[in-house]
Amino acid sequence: MEQIPILKIGDCLLVSIQVDMHDRMALALQDDLTNKIVTSRARGVMIDISALEIVDSFIGRMLNNIAAMSRVLDAVTVVVGMRPAVAITLVELGLALTGVRTALNVDRGLALIRKIIDEQDGAGVLDEYREN
Amino acid sequence: MNIEKTETLNIRSGEDIVRVRQNVRTKALAIGLSLVDQTRIITAASEIARNTLDYGGGGTVQVDIVSVSVRKGLRLIFNDTGPGIPDIARALEDGYTSGGGMGLGLSGAKRLCSEFDIRSEVGKGTTVTLIRWK
Repeated sequence: MEQIPILKIGDCLLVSIQVDMHDRMALALQDDLTNKIVTSRARGVMIDISALEIVDSFIGRMLNNIAAMSRVLDAVTVVVGMRPAVAITLVELGLALTGVRTALNVDRGLALIRKIIDEQDGAGVLDEYREN
Repeated sequence: MNIEKTETLNIRSGEDIVRVRQNVRTKALAIGLSLVDQTRIITAASEIARNTLDYGGGGTVQVDIVSVSVRKGLRLIFNDTGPGIPDIARALEDGYTSGGGMGLGLSGAKRLCSEFDIRSEVGKGTTVTLIRWK
């Protein structure tokens, strides 16, 4: 079975989905990514879907799950590169992807991940000061 | 309604769902559907194909290029001989699911088509017809 590669860049994981995934492949990616967040101690996950011609409810659920699982593991997920026709169809389908952060492209996605991590770390430091 | 071209595909596995998507995409391109309409009908096909597999226990889809005078369209007829749906009205509600899904398959697919029809008989099976007109 084909596997979607997961690349590590600094403290982020990058996944670019370039093939029309069947359902088992999507579930395998969800598992692989969740394991990789822990083993690589990643703080951010970026999923590039610019090559995807459609996102149906199954892929939508996978994106939601990855975002939720990474949140529990203290990592932030950003989905980038959604095509306009996919966005229109997703909303009409009734899938709002609440809980999934999105950015227009990889550059903006990385900037968004950086910003969220910095905010979280900043808030942590502030709490420590308050305790003292 | 004239049927200009017809083809029937099996839906027996997850890989078959991918094949249905690709077949629908080729035909949607062939009749010149707009990019958004292509995306709509491929997405709807994917949802119903998964229902056919997961709830119907597998089945077939007939992919037709149809026309009424000069107007062309893509018609998909999904057939399974599964347990059937006891309450179709309820199955068409957003968020209703008898399985582990999000309950968007039928209602969502209906919103993505020009015409939608579902017939089901308990113990005999389900037929879902989708049409997207150009």
